[in-house]
Order: sequence, then C-alpha cells, then structure tokens
Amino acid sequence: MADLTTRLGSVTLPNPILTASGCAANGRELHHFVDLTGLGAFVTKTVMADPRAGRPTPRMAETPSGMLNSIGLQGPGIAAFLDHDLTWLASVGARVIVSIAGNTAAEFATVARALAAHPAFGCVVGVEINISCPNVANRGLVFACDAVSSREVITLVTAELPPQTPTFAKLTPDVTDIVAIADAALDAGARGLTLINTLLGIVIDTDRMRPQLAGVTGGLSGPAIRPVAVRAIWQVYAAMLEDRLPTVPILGVGGVRTGRDALELLAAGAAAVQVGTATFNDPSAPGRVRDELDAALDERGFTSVGEVVGLAHERKVRL
Amino acid sequence: MSGPAQTRGPLVTNEVVGAYHRLTIAAPGVADAAAPGQFVAVAVGGPTSAQLLRRCFSLHAVSAEDGGRLAVVVAAKGAGTQWLTALRPGDLVDVVAPLGRPFPLPDEPCACVLVGGGYGSAPLFWLAEVLRARGCRVEMILGAGSADRLYGVEEAGRVADAVHVTTDDGSLGRRGWVSEVLPEVIERTGARYAYACGPMGMLAAVTEVATAHEATAYVAVEESMACGIGVCMTCVLPVRRDDGVTAMVRSCVDGPVFRGDQVRWDAYADGVCRVPADALGAPRPGGH
Ligand SMILES: Cc1cc2nc3c(=O)[nH]c(=O)nc-3n(C[C@H](O)[C@H](O)[C@H](O)COP(=O)(O)O)c2cc1C
Ligand code: FES
Repeated sequence: MADLTTRLGSVTLPNPILTASGCAANGRELHHFVDLTGLGAFVTKTVMADPRAGRPTPRMAETPSGMLNSIGLQGPGIAAFLDHDLTWLASVGARVIVSIAGNTAAEFATVARALAAHPAFGCVVGVEINISCPNVANRGLVFACDAVSSREVITLVTAELPPQTPTFAKLTPDVTDIVAIADAALDAGARGLTLINTLLGIVIDTDRMRPQLAGVTGGLSGPAIRPVAVRAIWQVYAAMLEDRLPTVPILGVGGVRTGRDALELLAAGAAAVQVGTATFNDPSAPGRVRDELDAALDERGFTSVGEVVGLAHERKVRL
Repeated sequence: MSGPAQTRGPLVTNEVVGAYHRLTIAAPGVADAAAPGQFVAVAVGGPTSAQLLRRCFSLHAVSAEDGGRLAVVVAAKGAGTQWLTALRPGDLVDVVAPLGRPFPLPDEPCACVLVGGGYGSAPLFWLAEVLRARGCRVEMILGAGSADRLYGVEEAGRVADAVHVTTDDGSLGRRGWVSEVLPEVIERTGARYAYACGPMGMLAAVTEVATAHEATAYVAVEESMACGIGVCMTCVLPVRRDDGVTAMVRSCVDGPVFRGDQVRWDAYADGVCRVPADALGAPRPGGH
C-alpha cells in the first residue's frame, strides 16, 4: 500500500485518480458502479450559463482504440447544475472539481460567480476552466488556441473565485506550442493545468460517403490519444523544470485505461490523472485504475505517488 | 435490488436463428431485477480490446437458472458483434444490466398489439407473456425486409393470440410493411396499446397509426450509445416532456421506451436527428 495522496496547490487529495469532464455526467449514474467518495475527486461535465441542447445526432463514431464525440456541451445550465447536481454531489460527500465554460469570456465569469456564491460550494476542491471550447466573439476560434483569449478568460474567472481556490485551465493539444498557451493561462492566474482535451477529427461513413457525425467534426479520445497526452504533459512539465513556466500541478488526461497508464502520465509530470473514455468501456474503471495504480507502485518498489510525479524526466538518458 | 450492475459471466448457449444469433449469458444477480423493454450493454473484444464502446441489446428473455441468465438476439453486422457471436459456451462476457426503463404495462386487462421490425421483435415475446399473464389479449405483427430477417415467428405463435407477418419482398406473410397491417388489427381488437421495437421509420409509422386510432404507442428506440449507463450524452433524442417542453433526453436512462406521441419524429430526416428550434437550450441565431 503506497501513499496515494497528492497535493494540488492548497488541497490534498487522498489519491490521484479523478473522473474526466463529460465522461461521468454529474455523478449519480456512475455512483452505481464506483463509490465517488473513494476517488481523488469527481470532475463534473462542463457547465455553461444557460441550458444547452447540444449538437444533432449521430454524435459519436467508434475509432481504433478510441472514439469521436460531438456532444456540443449539452447541459442544464449553471443554476440547475448547482441546485440539482452539485448539491447531490455534496450530499454524498464527494470532493468535486467543477468544469465551467462560456461562449464569451464574460459568460465564464458569470458561471464562476454563481458557483462561488452557492451553498454547495463547500464540496468544491477545484475549478476546471474548459477553454478548449469555441469563442463566439472570435469567429468560433477555440479560446485555448489563442493566448490572448485564454488570458482574458482566466483573469475574469479567477477574480470571481475565493483567492485560494485551485483553478485548472484545460488545454487542447491542437496548437502549435502548448507551452505558450500554458504560459498565458498561468500568467493570468490559473493555479494549475489540465492536459489534454480531445483532438479534432472526422470519420467518413464509406457506405454513404459522407461524414458519420451530423456535426461533421468531433473530439478524438481514448487510448489512441494517450501518447499525445503524455507528450503534452512532458513538454509543459519540462518547461516548469527549466523555469520557463511557474511550477503548478498538472491534471493529466487522455487514454488512461489501466493503473499502468495512469503511472505513465504521472511519470511525465501529472500530479493527478483523470479517467475518461475508458469509463464507457468499463463503468468501474476509475476505481479499478486507482487500485491498479496502487499495485503498480508496490510492484516497482515506490512508496508514494509523490516519488513518481515527473520521474521520467530525471531518468531520461542524457545524450 | 435497485439500479444496474456489472457482471462477468460465462456464455451458456449460442444458437443461430435465421440471420441472427441468440446468446444466453449467465448474469447472476442482474436478471431477476429486469423487465421487458430494458436492455444490456456488453463489452466486446476482451479487456484489451481496441473497440471500447459497449454494444447494447434489448433483453430477449431472463430466467432464474444458475442464479440468473439473460438472453439477447444479435445481428453480426460489425466487428464487435462478430466477435460476440463467435464466442463459445464457457467464454466470459462482461455485461452491464438491467439498463433503461421498461415498457409501461396497462393497469387492467385490455387488447394490445406488439410490433417488431427485424430483430427488434426480440423483447416482445417476453412482453407478450407478461401482458397475457395480466389478462390482456395480445396480437403480434412481425415485419422485415425478407423472411430470413424476421426473428421469432414460431415463438410468436406460442406466446400471442394471433400473429401477422409482413416482408418487403413477400418472401413470407403479406408483402408490405407492418404499418399497413396495424390499422386492421387495432380496429378489430380495439387495442388500447401498441408496443413497438425496430427501426426509427417504423416506430414513427406505428405511432402515427396508433394515435389516429386513439391507442397509445410505446416505442423502444435504438439510438447509438457509447456507454449505455447515462454518462456520455451520445444517445439523445428530442422528446416532448409532460410539461410540453421538448428536451434532448438520453435514450439509455430516460428510455429506451418512450411514448411514441412524445418523440419529435419531425426532427429525423436523412439519417440525422436535428435539434428542434423550440427545444430547451436549442442554438439561437448568432450563437448560443
Ligand atoms: C463523450 C465525451 C464528452 C466530453 N465532454 C467534455 C466536457 O464537457 N468538457 C471537457 O472539458 N472535456 C470533455 N471531454 C474530454 C475529456 O474530459 C478528456 O479530456 C478526453 O476525452 C481525453 O481523455 P480520455 O481519452 O480519457 O477520454 C469529453 C470527452 C468525451 C469522450
Ligand atoms: S449511451 Fe451514454 S448517455 Fe446514453
């Protein structure tokens, strides 16, 4: 039994395994399969200011070791989320990271303000700022593809939250230089990063010879993208080691299916790891990954999670 | 017991039935809680499979043998279902069940019509037994493109008071669609409920006929599902709620059975389901 605790800024979690936003809804359904209080934290589905119907269907396509989705951030809106979902999560004793988004930087701030003012905010151990979504004011360009937009959102959101709240800017890997975007987000006040969101993809149905998703493009997730997640975490953590970025906790996400996979993201520099698409294959996955990680640490003679975070950088063969 | 559970049990039988496979799986503890209209989500390809999404099948039958068995009818049309239908007795199957909401049952004995398209008939035999045990008269209409695509015509004869068969090519029964036979059956029996499972176009047609005859249609939809348990939001469809508001609801947890006249069939065209402009949270002009 290794010491699984992990520190995310002002907060210490009992273990480093979390759900991934949009892959566990808001908890009730998954609670049949996984005791949510036994996870490091529960990450909620991204919520925006108003109710959203999302995109037309088909919304998904299976791909080798992964899938494309185009849900379009369907959700109940922040008011219903707080009264219905966050209140329930608080009632079962879950530690919660709330994922928020907006069509504009101002909408992000509105959502953050409502969250901080709600009685259930006590169960919140962090806020994930999903800037991997389109900015209506900037011709639909994803916030996280542009340093200026990223900075604006993070500045407005952090101003609405109590000063010590851990905040994580969630970045897309679909950029030329992820370190530059991370830099803008941290400079604007984010206290951590979540790496990575999905990669943009298209699947063509070759019977109909047209895109399989009604919305044409979708986000690629699952084990197929794990090396991309490991690379993004590696690059950002390396920049921290070289003092090109301030040192903050990274929540790693992308393709984690087993405890070994989680160990890989930790070794690249993640302080905690989210389990997403694997949950669709195995609804017990988040709890199983936590237990497998514990065993994987034991097998390798490690006594704590802290020892392995970023370890692959130290052990890299210098040429 | 409440809520679904995940089990890993051996395949008990694997029989070819026409164009389909009927699989029986030991699933202790989950089968006894199930009702007709509910479904199961099965993992394919083993623990390291590159096919991550579960395949969902409506429950064909359950029994108490071995602490609980369930049966599903599978059309091996893709790599995942081919893997499943190639399993042999004794091979382990990872099943999540029972999922979704079952067919609502009439409060008092009355006539009912059960309509199945292709292997969509799978849940209807069990439903027929449950309805007849409650004193209902049950007639079944089974339709498919051709005779080999029908499922369970003989079984229907055992569980229903009368069976009607249609095929598009006339290879068995009457040439044509189930919706062409339905008006006569409802009129003659005075059916108050039509239960249907099959392709979307058929469900829309059954709803239209039933509604025109003042019968209530309950339809089990087949939307593509990534998780089956309500966590991914891929399986949504527009449904008019009791308060009159249309919402994009999950077919896996709010369905798969819906009242036909509450489904917004107008949103379906050309293999796509659009978000109706009047739906809760529909995109507004100029962005959200
Ligand atoms: C169906 C689906 C819905 C998702 N919804 C969200 C979302 O609402 N907000 C978000 O930040 N990420 C969302 N994601 C991305 C995941 O949180 C995660 O970053 C990504 O899927 C990579 O991890 P994975 O390979 O473990 O799934 C979604 C992913 C999937 C598959
Ligand atoms: S299939 Fe995932 S929510 Fe319905």
